[in-house]
Amino acid sequence: MNASKLKIRKTLVMAAIGAVLLALVPLVAPGYRTGLVTQVLIYALLAMSIDIMAGYAGRTSLCHGAIFGTATYVVMYFVTVAGGNVWIGCVLGVLAAMAVSLIAGLLAVRTNGVYFLLLTLALGMVVWGVCVRWTSVTGAENGLRGNVRPDWLADPSRFFYLVLVLSGLLMFAMWRFVSSPFGMSLAGIRESESRMRSLGYDTSRHLLIGFVFSGFVAGVAGALYALFNSFVSPSTVALAQSVMGLLMAILGGIGTLSGGIVGSALIVVLQNVVSSYTERWSMVLGLMFVLVMIFAPEGLIGTLRSRSGRRAARLAQTESQEGRV
Amino acid sequence: MLVAFQLLNGLTFAALLFLVASGFTLIFGLMRIVNLAHGAMYLIGGYTAYAVTTATSSLLAGIVAAAVLVALLGLIEQALLRFVAGHELRQVLLTLGLGLMLNDAALVIFGGDTLNVPIPDWLQGPLQVGGLYYPRYRLFVFGVGVLVFVLLWLTVNRTRLGALIRAGVDDAETVQALGINIRLVFVATFMLGMALAGLAGALGGAFLSLYPTADSEILVYSLAVVIIGGRGSLVGAAIGSLAVALLSTFGQVWFPELSYFVIFGPMALLLAFRPHGLFGQTA
Repeated sequence: MNASKLKIRKTLVMAAIGAVLLALVPLVAPGYRTGLVTQVLIYALLAMSIDIMAGYAGRTSLCHGAIFGTATYVVMYFVTVAGGNVWIGCVLGVLAAMAVSLIAGLLAVRTNGVYFLLLTLALGMVVWGVCVRWTSVTGAENGLRGNVRPDWLADPSRFFYLVLVLSGLLMFAMWRFVSSPFGMSLAGIRESESRMRSLGYDTSRHLLIGFVFSGFVAGVAGALYALFNSFVSPSTVALAQSVMGLLMAILGGIGTLSGGIVGSALIVVLQNVVSSYTERWSMVLGLMFVLVMIFAPEGLIGTLRSRSGRRAARLAQTESQEGRV
Repeated sequence: MLVAFQLLNGLTFAALLFLVASGFTLIFGLMRIVNLAHGAMYLIGGYTAYAVTTATSSLLAGIVAAAVLVALLGLIEQALLRFVAGHELRQVLLTLGLGLMLNDAALVIFGGDTLNVPIPDWLQGPLQVGGLYYPRYRLFVFGVGVLVFVLLWLTVNRTRLGALIRAGVDDAETVQALGINIRLVFVATFMLGMALAGLAGALGGAFLSLYPTADSEILVYSLAVVIIGGRGSLVGAAIGSLAVALLSTFGQVWFPELSYFVIFGPMALLLAFRPHGLFGQTA
């Protein structure tokens, strides 16, 4: 009891230090680099939303990029085409993302392992296919463009603080979610769905709620991305987006939640560095995926940790984590 | 008349889908590997056929080159997959990364323009089918699809390799315990599946045309086929192909912008009752 309280306190202190350091970013590194950190935070939300399902419920999803992008599309469409208020657009965007995750969840929670992956992949592709072909609404490959950020948020530093506060709140909510009794039940389903079912849990409903919650987080991230990027095209909902989010979660360590921030920072910075040398980002992303799967499937931190002597403990732990990446 | 035309469109598309999905489902069934690079392999096959057919003006040479090259790529993929053997999800994610790389490589080499594999003269123009003029080439693809189905069915059900594959689908460990090198069977099946993807790319490259996102489209169709048909079942792949192709063909006529939803509906319905597909095992 004492130990877990200590752990909670440690987590809170770490989070507070992180928040203070991040709050200094616009002062130390204004302009472009603040934008970069904003992007890191938005993608960290996406990565963490994937981690809720992959790390805690043991269900690796490949449609979170599509859920994220759905919110982006709705915000862009509502503001630039329909001429609506941006905040109403954001609410609608998040609701749309939750609707997509509800539909995907209803179908996918009956499956597990590779089937779950396949099904969410196919569902994400359906969203992508609709965005590519529904020209009259989505503008197909041209996408939707236009400034959706209200004037008082035009300043990158101010927008950064908005994203920082929102993502801080969401990360806290996610942390509470996974450490709540409900989050424990998801972990129980990951370890043994049949055992949880025989204990009387409605496992499908639990997974569905978890999925919609993670879709909510991905949706908020997508809506923020619309404000950040002022542009959306099918590549925002494409498979590569889900793949990138998943790679961030894996790099940071599946089932650690906060690892998503590390993974997101790594990938966003890498993407910016790589993009200044070559246009072959998708090649680099694919190569990283292959290399990470072969050499560091437990994430960079997990791998480093196991190298430094805790291997046996980690291995014993992963033995029981079937269904995880 | 129009309906008959669309029906033929659906059937010929189904034949092409079967070529892609049969390899996919065999690999999935036997090796439990969901090869998400399958779409990219299809695309590479198509581009290879385009390059070779343009250079030699022989479609056959193009098809053979596509099948061989993609089968060799499959061998490389197999070697990579050995590193993560036994971890289903890692395998899938590795193939996903590989697919991204192959797709990007194709974009570098062939650019983003839409390309078509040239069709030889004897396959050009329409053929009269009971008062209906229908493109000869698409009927040819249908013929190839049926032929491949028959050959695959005979291979799987009537040959020693087929018996090993079927046994491997059910229980790979026991087959190995019987003193059979299941790894060789795995490699053979994997290369066969890849060769089929290459063949499909070559044939599809002429009537669906080739462009950078064609791999995602074909992949989502084959996923739908396998989800409907069930893992490792040839008959399931055939029925799934028919269902997906007919639905998407008629869907494109009726709701051109939302045709993806049309294949999604029955898939959802089926999953509600049979999560492992029509012919899939529950293991």
